[in-house]
Amino acid sequence: MNTTPFREGPFAARPPAEGRSRFAARTSRIPASAGVGFKHSHLDAILADPDPVGFLEVHAENYMGDGGFPHRALERVRQDYPLSLHGVCMSIGGPQPLSEDHLARFKAVVDRYEPALISEHLAWSTHDEVFMNDLLPLPYTQATLAHVCDHIDRMQGFIGRQMLLENPSTYVVFENSTFSETDFIREIVRRTGCGLLLDVNNVFVSATNHGFSPMSYLMDYPMEHVGEIHLAGHAVQEDDEGAPLLIDSHDAPVADAVWDLYAIVVKQAGPIPTLIEWDSDLPDWPVLRAEAAAADRILEDAAHSFMMGKSHAVGA
Amino acid sequence: MPSAPETHDLDTAGFRAAILDPAREKPAMVAGPRGKQAVKRFNVYRNNVTVSLINALADIFPAVQRITGETLFRDMARAFVRANPPSSPLLFLYGGEFPAFIEGFEHARRMPYLADVARLERAWLTAYHAADLPALQAQSLAAIPPEDLADTVFAPHPAAGLVRSRHAVFDIFDTNRHHEKIRPIDTARAQDALVARPGIDVTVTALPEGHGAFFEALLAGETLGAAAEAGAKCADTFDINEAIGGLLSTGAFLAVKTD
Repeated sequence: MNTTPFREGPFAARPPAEGRSRFAARTSRIPASAGVGFKHSHLDAILADPDPVGFLEVHAENYMGDGGFPHRALERVRQDYPLSLHGVCMSIGGPQPLSEDHLARFKAVVDRYEPALISEHLAWSTHDEVFMNDLLPLPYTQATLAHVCDHIDRMQGFIGRQMLLENPSTYVVFENSTFSETDFIREIVRRTGCGLLLDVNNVFVSATNHGFSPMSYLMDYPMEHVGEIHLAGHAVQEDDEGAPLLIDSHDAPVADAVWDLYAIVVKQAGPIPTLIEWDSDLPDWPVLRAEAAAADRILEDAAHSFMMGKSHAVGA
Repeated sequence: MPSAPETHDLDTAGFRAAILDPAREKPAMVAGPRGKQAVKRFNVYRNNVTVSLINALADIFPAVQRITGETLFRDMARAFVRANPPSSPLLFLYGGEFPAFIEGFEHARRMPYLADVARLERAWLTAYHAADLPALQAQSLAAIPPEDLADTVFAPHPAAGLVRSRHAVFDIFDTNRHHEKIRPIDTARAQDALVARPGIDVTVTALPEGHGAFFEALLAGETLGAAAEAGAKCADTFDINEAIGGLLSTGAFLAVKTD
């Protein structure tokens, strides 16, 4: 079970010591504003934009090569922007031990780029030595809970930092699950001290696919541990009975229903760093920039009403 | 890598088998919500895995895809992905066995140059991600006493790659990657292509006759004398001074080996 010293509760993210970092200002903290996923095709436009986004996020695996253009590009934007590091291949949700090689590679990226936020998924992708390049689902049981917590303990211990765990989008359920997803996630946070990355699009996708209310999911979700929010577009297909089946495709603008949920979340929880994810069928920079601006407007409204709510002690 | 411990809650082996083989049933315990079917639902995962890996191959081998057309490329890539799923989560390492797979793929037989184009594209991506190291400088070579030159051995730069082909591998690669309009190519002309990355940009060079054998020997750790012999054996026109010039200008080597 859990044996690391981190299980007692959240431990603070450690910003790099002042003066030691090779990177300029805005290194230590990500503001509660909107950021975007960094794509190399947007590099020049990002550097030329007079109105910078709040932060950039990258997939850790894209910077696990030895050298070349990817590192050159990330070092350049890292001088101007705080960074969020998002892992997609750690396979935390699977039963087999985490890959020592992958942990070492991940830590090397953390040490080199000093990200303010680090996140991974409640999912799995590797069985033995086969990597399936997707975020595969898991049943929520006592046994899988123990595996997931061991893996998060291992990862947090190895990199010496707190990580945020992202809720999945799913298309199937497991007959052997004994926890709800929100209960499972709450128990992971309690045991490991990890924080959470709330993907609001994933909540909407899973709620539609499995016929539950996204609002009731969000009410059950341990919102006080959320360190980052993800927003993304989805595609619509049909399930076996002809009902809508949403696909977490990251290839389109954020849907209106997801914007609405997002506004409710940040009004209640307060402003939280928010990422627009767009990973395929990439738009030109101004389109992506406009999505981030839309999130910023909602964050500003939320900051205002959150402060008002606090000063008047109005319940959520 | 350690194998998965016994677990009855998540059958990752069954999942993997079902994802990579569409003829199999969905894994046990996987279901739709509230009694719904889960055939199309499970197929979302099958599709995500297969399509994302086919797309990864299309990104790595764009010239191959342009030559074959999208339909044949995706058929070939789908068969490859199912037989050779990646063993590393770093997809920029994927596809090393794809050239050999192409050689055995029946519908690609009428394009005998295709596998070598794939080898060149794979070498290009390896160079793109290789370590940032300075290439061998002329002064390192100049510092070697002339009588020791023939016995000198060089350490390859991590970006260096060589594809020797019975076909016009460089011309086919170059026109399909860089030109909007495909120019006519005499594909049966043998060509050797050298890949390197002395700075931030990957360079691909068509080598003069004899230089392919020369670079092949040097990259394999043979002495400069043996490499020159190999080059001269391949082409009467082989000139050792020109070859040493190429050794330096391509940036394919890191240092003189001293041991």
